[in-house]
Amino acid sequence: MVGIAAWGAYAPRLRLNRKAAAQANAWVAPNLMARARGERAMANWDEDALTMAVEAARDALGPGDDRGGVRGLYFASTTAPFEDRLNAGILSAALTLDKNIPSADVTGSQRCGLTALAQGLNAVKAGAMSTALVAAGEHRRARAASAQELDWGDAAAAFVIGEGEVAAEFLGHGAVTDDFVDHFRGADAEFDYYWEERWIRDEGIVKLVPPAIRSALERAGIEASTVTHFCFPSTFAGMAATLAKAVGIPPEAVRDNLAARLGEAGCAHAPVMLAHALEEASAGDIILVAQFGQGAEALVFRATDRVASSRPARGVAGSLADRKEETNYLKFLFFNGLVDWDKGMRAEKDNKTALTTLYRNEDMILGLVGGRCRESGVVQFPRTRISVAPNNPAVDTQEPYRFAERKASILSYSADYLTFAMAPPNHYGMVVFEGGGRIFMDITDVEPGDVDTGLPVRMVFRLKEVDEKRGFRRYFWKATPDRTAQAQSAAVAAE
Amino acid sequence: MAAGIKDKVAILGMGCSKFGERWDAGPDDLMVEAYLEAMTDAGIEPSQLDAAWFSTHVDEVGTGKGGTPLSLALRLPNIGVTRVENFCAGGSEAFRGAVYAVASGAADIALALGVEKLKDTGYGGLPVGNAGTLIPQVSPNGSAPGNFAQLASAYRGKHGVSKEDLKQAIAHVSVKSHANGARNPKAHLQKEITYEQVLNAPMIAEPLGLFDCCGVSDGAAAAIVCTPEIARALGKRDLVTVKALQLAVSNGSEAQYNGWDGSYFHTARIAAKKAYREAGVERPREQISMMEVHDCFSITELVTMEDLFISAEGQGWRDVLDGFYDADGGLPCQIDGGLKCFGHPIGASGLRMLYEMYLQLQGRAGPRQLVNPVLGMTHNLGGSPSTNVCSVAIVGKEGA
Repeated sequence: MVGIAAWGAYAPRLRLNRKAAAQANAWVAPNLMARARGERAMANWDEDALTMAVEAARDALGPGDDRGGVRGLYFASTTAPFEDRLNAGILSAALTLDKNIPSADVTGSQRCGLTALAQGLNAVKAGAMSTALVAAGEHRRARAASAQELDWGDAAAAFVIGEGEVAAEFLGHGAVTDDFVDHFRGADAEFDYYWEERWIRDEGIVKLVPPAIRSALERAGIEASTVTHFCFPSTFAGMAATLAKAVGIPPEAVRDNLAARLGEAGCAHAPVMLAHALEEASAGDIILVAQFGQGAEALVFRATDRVASSRPARGVAGSLADRKEETNYLKFLFFNGLVDWDKGMRAEKDNKTALTTLYRNEDMILGLVGGRCRESGVVQFPRTRISVAPNNPAVDTQEPYRFAERKASILSYSADYLTFAMAPPNHYGMVVFEGGGRIFMDITDVEPGDVDTGLPVRMVFRLKEVDEKRGFRRYFWKATPDRTAQAQSAAVAAE
Repeated sequence: MAAGIKDKVAILGMGCSKFGERWDAGPDDLMVEAYLEAMTDAGIEPSQLDAAWFSTHVDEVGTGKGGTPLSLALRLPNIGVTRVENFCAGGSEAFRGAVYAVASGAADIALALGVEKLKDTGYGGLPVGNAGTLIPQVSPNGSAPGNFAQLASAYRGKHGVSKEDLKQAIAHVSVKSHANGARNPKAHLQKEITYEQVLNAPMIAEPLGLFDCCGVSDGAAAAIVCTPEIARALGKRDLVTVKALQLAVSNGSEAQYNGWDGSYFHTARIAAKKAYREAGVERPREQISMMEVHDCFSITELVTMEDLFISAEGQGWRDVLDGFYDADGGLPCQIDGGLKCFGHPIGASGLRMLYEMYLQLQGRAGPRQLVNPVLGMTHNLGGSPSTNVCSVAIVGKEGA
């Protein structure tokens, strides 16, 4: 039995209040007030499609150190940070996957998240690999005062595909390919260009998606009437219900597309909805997930009796719960590079990255891998030839040691208003890890007053700097409050 | 253990430029200003200089690299010039090089000069730069105040001091230094300030406000050293001699090993112990007459009082509030205004500290002259609390 063995999801903590955004633009686009409901997930300045995919993949893989089981990797996005640099390669390095595996970036259409998932499922089914990791992340940029800006959201989802005891059995796949250009983004364009909505709906979605769904159901040998979870993202109201009716899926199977809480996360959205369905599914449930884009992709699964016990630590439910409302629309514009703001002279520092140095220290920088002395057991970051252990400077005794999944806390910190920061003040401090080791590092997703000594933190993979001059992005790990641990200790203190 | 440097080298002359926003002066002008005063004080000709040590840190906006900037500015007679750089402690390094050259007999008379021209960047605060190709890929995008502010949170956490009490204590550090700087015509900042001003100043890096940060200044300072015998032969009396010169450098144990608690300077404690031993000082709180410490930020000065074993651990903030380090206190500290008010032209600061000790020991400190000081200590730090170099020097009256 081939299927989804594990899954994970991620949405940025910030949620832009749509009313605040619509009101800011109402003077120029009063029609936007019709969309002024709910909130959308909004990436922090240091998050992009890739960093969100890393977090979703970590959620799917769990905190274990051994990731050698992943034998193939697919990364789907239409907003990947690099056009020509394997984005899946960065994902692989961040997750410290085995280097001896195939990997691919899957892109080019809003349905590419499901395309990647289908490729992973089919590869495992064909025996090309024992286990595949599929991650989709999307961070779309839209013009200020556009409808897309309000409708869209930033998010990611990831799936571990395996054979044997899976949480959801893969039953069938259907696809349609047709050059129906509802929108496009040229190779050098910053933003999408859209055609009329009524045409997209009536001539595109209504005609091109049902054949893909019927094909998937037919291959699965499943009647549409037995589908219990129908996942179909669309910013058009009632679109999924219309499709369900057209193909015979019961109306109660149509799932919430999370428009009110997350917004639509492009190619990652069907994967996010699938993850959400898995989190709420019971054994035996039939899940059909489809997405539109120059045709359509549809996949059918049946939840097994392992589905409930396979829920990830965060998932979509956890991502929805971990939120902070943002009512400052200008912050959204700044974070998305839509305003040419005065960053000051300190921002002129050259962030050219020495690629030789990056590669030489690949596991340190991208994987947060330090060292552990074989003789003394002392753990340190970074790994060095001579151990840092006082009174025991053993030479060449260190083995790689992963810090990314270790619990940690703040020893010292400051909130720095002087240094250039995209979200001032820049918080950073000395982070000490349970089990040994410490790193002086950035602290993200915090505001003044959030940080103090002893604060439990966890590691997140984030953008370190953007080299605008050369179009390069630096990634590294940062500390962020471990809000689960905080809540637990608060509960203990209350008792 | 080595015999040490005590009384082997004397200071023949010193000079120090006016510190501050020297829009009128380039690094060459600053070097000449300090050099001419030192040469006049020493009473020697350039041809009598055997070697020179030159300290500057931010060569991107200052002088450029190498020893040539000093030789060119001063038109030195083609003697050896060694450029040294050790973060903010470079001035002490230049002094150490010159002193060791004399002590070894390799040079009869040697010059140490430090300079920094910081105010050609176009913005306030220290110039922003990169440290190699690896560190920028992993280290926080921080600043000096943000790095040193770490001490405050760790000190509070360790000693259970409230935010308010610690803020009050570090405010006293700055109020005291401004009072001292107001009596120093060469100081960058010469205005007294109130507690209210310190406490209500804009935040720079929590909990450090504007008045918790030292001046970012242009300036130069110089020392000319020789053996006591040569000094006497040149007609000098009441010599000021070097008692101790120690430098301790981090090896990663603070930044990478879970031992250090972040509330103090590991290196300063090592350098201080060695310096006291080298100088024969057994009871520093009683024996040291005065100090110039590296008060780049108020919190740095506060924890340094403990690291130099003057205040008991966890009690430094109480001694500060009690006025023990004020000009009329038990052990005056930053009597010239310190980095806080005299200013902090990075490569010159170590020598500027020694300049004040030298003036005080010779009774030439004008309105801020202390009563009969015997031993003066300087503490010059470079880097950040978790990774740094710490220089401690003791100078004093010959025979003390």
